Amino acid sequence: MPNYRSSLSCRDRLQRRAMMYSQIREFFARHDVLEVETPVFSQAGNTDPAISSVVADFSSEPVAQSSVNLSDNSAENLFNQSINKSDKRYAHSSPEFAMKRLLANGSGAIYQICKVFRKEECGRLHNPEFSMLEWYRPGLTYHQLMDEIAELLISLGLTAAVERISYAELFQLHLKLDVLNASVNDLKACAIENGLEVIGFDDDYDAWTSMLLANLIEPKLGADNPVFVFDYPVSQAALASVREIDNVAERFELYINGIEVANGYQELTDANAYRERFEQDNKKRILSGLPEINMDNRLLNDLSSGLPDSSGVALGLDRLLMILSGEKNIKEVMSFDFQNI
Amino acid sequence: MATYNTSEFKSGMKIMQDGDPCTIVENEFVKPGKGQAFSRVKIKNLKTGRVVDRTFKSGESVEAADVMESELQYLYSDGEFWNFMDAETFEQIAADKTAVGDSYKWLKEQDLVTLTLWNGVPIAVTPPNFVTLTVTETDPGLKGDTASGGGKPATLETGAVVRVPLFIEIGESLKIDTRSGEYVSRAKD
Repeated sequence: MPNYRSSLSCRDRLQRRAMMYSQIREFFARHDVLEVETPVFSQAGNTDPAISSVVADFSSEPVAQSSVNLSDNSAENLFNQSINKSDKRYAHSSPEFAMKRLLANGSGAIYQICKVFRKEECGRLHNPEFSMLEWYRPGLTYHQLMDEIAELLISLGLTAAVERISYAELFQLHLKLDVLNASVNDLKACAIENGLEVIGFDDDYDAWTSMLLANLIEPKLGADNPVFVFDYPVSQAALASVREIDNVAERFELYINGIEVANGYQELTDANAYRERFEQDNKKRILSGLPEINMDNRLLNDLSSGLPDSSGVALGLDRLLMILSGEKNIKEVMSFDFQNI
Repeated sequence: MATYNTSEFKSGMKIMQDGDPCTIVENEFVKPGKGQAFSRVKIKNLKTGRVVDRTFKSGESVEAADVMESELQYLYSDGEFWNFMDAETFEQIAADKTAVGDSYKWLKEQDLVTLTLWNGVPIAVTPPNFVTLTVTETDPGLKGDTASGGGKPATLETGAVVRVPLFIEIGESLKIDTRSGEYVSRAKD
């Protein structure tokens, strides 16, 4: 294989990934979590305005007019006509929706290792096609799920201990900022105080907090031990449930060596709540001039009788492998990166 | 007016910032799993040489700078302007004091140097990494001294003053690293 810069041989690097996968599968077998597989391509997409989905074209090739008899209503001909229609499908940006449909249908605890796809994401820590480990635990709270993730990290030999800090405490500790009650002006002032020069963020609270976190806090996060940051601003709930009394979203992220590795939720359970979040996403999309995305009605339908109380998490396996093997660039842990295939 | 979107950013790209032409030294794509993507960019101002870190929200556009570099031969200076010539077209171009900056110390007639032109006007002059210059003034050399020891100042033909070993004498040709302004060795003829 060409273009390998690292000192590791081709075989060594392939073995590292294979070993990590087999340890992960062993871990879930011990915990009685079932491995599942769901389709990559779906008619519905992810409405999240910050994610741009890849669209694949499944339309059939044009057929010569004479070969299709429009007055023939035989089943075969109707089928031919239906697959002649345009059929564009979203490549999943995470297997979340399909896995939640399985949960709603009574699958119990499940996990999946799969490739996911996100447009326009390329860099030291990003490849438009990457590997994800996603798992769902009916009956566990998000804090109990964090315990289980810590156990997984320990079983991979990554760490002996994992820390936890709330989003509010994190900003207080590093930036002396009451982030949940801060105005956009407070966030701007904080950026200036810390010498940041920032362009184009307007008055978007979520963009400012993300930027402050990524520029000023993230590089130091998880340097000693992996750390969970939990309880995010409600405006960044994504599909996590909201704890009204504290006005926070029960969402967490895992950081190791300054790298974001996983994102998890206390899952929303109510179909209407999902519908509202999707609608909000699409409103934001329209405001930012992004295309609207068809919401997943099959998911909403399957959730109509509710999702069992569950927690779930998605973990980036390439990044985890980078950390396990001390690599600085995601390319180094892939057989071929996006520019090289 | 040509513009670049943040998704096109890459090192070496020339952009306008604060009214000055700049070059992107380093560009890092940053994106939280949930949330706004942005570019963390190291930008060097080509007029002042100052480097700043700047964070651009993804999707922002910046004006492209019409900057090109060309290799020209240094001819002479009249004290106010430094004159250069394209060795192929014989076209001449003059750079002022601001553009030449501290590089004047290393400009020797006939040497090839790099001129950075913005909208066709020189804004920076970069000498070769190594130049050979003759010593015009220095204290008498000490017999038997090796490269060790404290050294002494020597004035070179361009007016530059560098620290040289004690054994160096007037009239000798020296190889100088223009990036650090340090003596490297005696020039081999």
